[in-house]
Amino acid sequence: MTTNHYTLKVNGKEHQVADAWTGESLLWVLRERLGLPGAKNACEEGECGSCSVRIDNEVVCGCLVLAATAVDCEITTIEGLAPEGELADVQEAFIEAGAVQCGFCTPGLLVTIDKLLETNNQPDDLTVREAISGNLCRCTGYGRILEAVNLAATKRREATS
Amino acid sequence: MTDIQITSPVSAPRIGESAPRPDGVPKVTGAFTFSSDLWHNNMLWGGTLRSPHPSANIKSIDISGALAINGVSAVLTHTDVPGSLLYGLEHADQPVLAADVVRYEGESVAIVAADHPETVRRALAAIVVDYQVTVPLVDPEAAEAAEPIHPDGNLIRRLRLRHGDQNIQGEIQVEGTYEVGMQDQAFLGPESGLALPSEDGGVELFVSTQWLHSDRDQVAVCLGLPPEKVRFTLSGVGGAFGAREDLSLHAHLCLLALHTGRPVKMVYSREESFHGHVHRHPARMWYRHHADTEGNLLRVEARLILDGGAYASSSGAVISNATCFAAGPYLIPSADIDGSVVRTNNPPCGAMRGFGAVQTCIGHEAQMDKLAAALGMDPVELRLKNVLKSGDKLLTGQIITGTAPVAEVIKSCVEHPSTLVQSDDMMSLPGGAGRTADPQHIVRGQAMAVGFKNLLFSEGFDDYSSAICHLVDGVATITCACAEVGQGFVTLAQQITREVLGVEEVILAPAATATVGSAGSTSASRQTWMSGGAIQKACEAVRQQLLERVAAEHQVDLDDLVLADGQIVSLAGNFSLSLAAATTEPLEADIEYHHAPTYPVDENGQGNAHVSFAFAAHRAVVDVDPDLGLVKVVELTTSQDVGRLLNPLQAIGQLEGGTSQGVGLAIMEEVLVTDGHIRNASFTDYLIPTALDMPPVEIAAFIEQPEPGAPFGAKGIGEPPSISSTAAVVAALRDATKLELPRVPVRPTDIVQLESDAS
Ligand code: FES
Ligand code: FES
Repeated sequence: MTTNHYTLKVNGKEHQVADAWTGESLLWVLRERLGLPGAKNACEEGECGSCSVRIDNEVVCGCLVLAATAVDCEITTIEGLAPEGELADVQEAFIEAGAVQCGFCTPGLLVTIDKLLETNNQPDDLTVREAISGNLCRCTGYGRILEAVNLAATKRREATS
Repeated sequence: MTDIQITSPVSAPRIGESAPRPDGVPKVTGAFTFSSDLWHNNMLWGGTLRSPHPSANIKSIDISGALAINGVSAVLTHTDVPGSLLYGLEHADQPVLAADVVRYEGESVAIVAADHPETVRRALAAIVVDYQVTVPLVDPEAAEAAEPIHPDGNLIRRLRLRHGDQNIQGEIQVEGTYEVGMQDQAFLGPESGLALPSEDGGVELFVSTQWLHSDRDQVAVCLGLPPEKVRFTLSGVGGAFGAREDLSLHAHLCLLALHTGRPVKMVYSREESFHGHVHRHPARMWYRHHADTEGNLLRVEARLILDGGAYASSSGAVISNATCFAAGPYLIPSADIDGSVVRTNNPPCGAMRGFGAVQTCIGHEAQMDKLAAALGMDPVELRLKNVLKSGDKLLTGQIITGTAPVAEVIKSCVEHPSTLVQSDDMMSLPGGAGRTADPQHIVRGQAMAVGFKNLLFSEGFDDYSSAICHLVDGVATITCACAEVGQGFVTLAQQITREVLGVEEVILAPAATATVGSAGSTSASRQTWMSGGAIQKACEAVRQQLLERVAAEHQVDLDDLVLADGQIVSLAGNFSLSLAAATTEPLEADIEYHHAPTYPVDENGQGNAHVSFAFAAHRAVVDVDPDLGLVKVVELTTSQDVGRLLNPLQAIGQLEGGTSQGVGLAIMEEVLVTDGHIRNASFTDYLIPTALDMPPVEIAAFIEQPEPGAPFGAKGIGEPPSISSTAAVVAALRDATKLELPRVPVRPTDIVQLESDAS
């Protein structure tokens, strides 16, 4: 296996990745090498969105990106969604609306929804459904998740008005 | 690692309130440890070699090439299993690692431990197995008469239920044959775990499961170790829905850890997960309903065949449920139901949410609609005329002594006003983002269905749960091995403790086999009742001890003491004491809670086999594009019999989630199996509903009629939503298309009436 040394900038912090096989996905490196298991591994083929992270502000499936190609990028994971010890509005809304059951889909959904609300803080129902349609949730049937998005959107509008 | 110490929020809600989840914060911040997140210094990665053939004899296995690879620490086969080679939930019939024969595609043959998942993959590829491929038995109808594919024979269980006068004939008779495809639980968190060798020669396993103690007992036998040396601790579970009732990687991980003397982690890929757990049983069902001209049900005849796949798993209990609940929640004086579950070389099937009642609900509800049409009667009126109520007899002869608000469930559901707003956005039409629909051609359909199921384990099973309550300095710690799989037990455990003890803070200790007795399985909608009941009883015992102690210390009458809101108050003694001050010396109670006994059914399927029942109804509205056969479920409404509502927010989540799994089975979810091979073992090809596929779920009513004998009167709520939802959606599709649609899931080719190659 060809191995490599490189540096990844995750949630504002530089991480050295040493002796890594270059075939490793960003998801795997985050979870297994950097001790950031917040992004989840439900399918590892780009179908479920559990691994959603941001690279330079775009939401991507961490399982589809080779870690070594994300050098020189700003990577944000669920662990970086809110400052340490605090909750982001979307995280609070998920708890309040009962949108968490097993919670496996939750980190990916939060990253996706955070990005959606950043670009549109008044999305209608269909817009939200389309935006999260790449994030599978097997437990909730999405009802409470949509409720949480409404709550968070309202909070965000109030915060910016 | 697996630090699931949870403290309660300050608001401290009790029974009946929408308490937030104690694991909510770690789950939204990414700090919650799921079983695939476990990590240990110096750990190895494990992997499994699986049979590519549904049926073959193994001539030889050569592991030398794999062992020679740099970084490989162990390659094990059946000869390395020190104890029993077989395990199983009800009967030990499934090999830990296949020895001389493989019976389904994906059966485990060898296991590997190495330094990197990529090394594992290469090692697995280097194992040479010489298979002599044999013709698989894949037709369940042919299985009973076919050459046995297993020493235990091909018939796993047959149940003949005969009830009432067998000569009754109805003036009106309707017949139908229905088929249900194989559904997958498709939980998101893959099978995973971490095993650690322990110093006493035993092993510790951190794993996601539904029933720690059953897993531990099965694995200990295979390892040839006493159960005390095999310690299992629950790690974060990413959904279960029945698929984690059976062992998957448990024994494999323990074997690798014991063999290498190092921690070993294993995580299934999604494809492997489809092969690595049991599915919902595919069913073929023939029905004949008899009624008089007034619409009174007189008799039901049915023949049910379920495909159990290669190993028994919980098939015996599934067919028992399917048979008992075959005709739905109706009062029927006469019945002849013949149910079989057979062994084939298809993927093994076992527990899934709804457990046998899902398949038959599709059958009995289609029949009720057919009967209504034959009678020229409104389908809702026909149902209401025949519904069960408390005091009525089931087809098993058992009298329902608990609550049975079937009529209330149906009425509240169908009378609930629709909130449907007509949308002309192409995205909300069938075909959605593809924008393929011609709005002029879209047809709408609407229908309802009702279903029911037993709660708790049945047929004489010794069903219990254990809990320990420890109270010190005003803080209660609850220890219970109940598996939290997402359903919200952790919330409820706190609510119950607060309710009984009036404490503010409740700590939940990790669920583990080493610290407490069995809680039984997180299945059969039983944990609210069973583990909730165990915690209630443990807290009540501590409360009693506490009051006795205070009464003795202060020389007051026990009856004079009241415990409320963190205070012990004596009116006669004229004092009050904070709970914290009264419990500087700890108190503890360790409880085993059993429900009322049940009994096996006799040779006619008659007997008091069940404790309690829950009922649910759904109304579905669908839009269909008849040109392309595409479907959009536009509205779902449901009512459910819950006994008593313990946490409204959590209950809504269960109803919405269960309903979405029902929608999936109705229109998109099927494990496609051809000649024993799974053709769609991925989330690309096995489709589960997305946010665009799910309509809003309207909850018309929670019917609250407290169930006698149940803690706080609450019935389990997890399964009923997935029972009537599928039947309602399919009925609405029939209404829209005027087609029979006897097969579920309904495929586009069924609607446009093309020959399908998918069956
Ligand atoms: S794990 Fe990356 S999309 Fe599913
Ligand atoms: S909460 Fe379990 S998958 Fe979404």
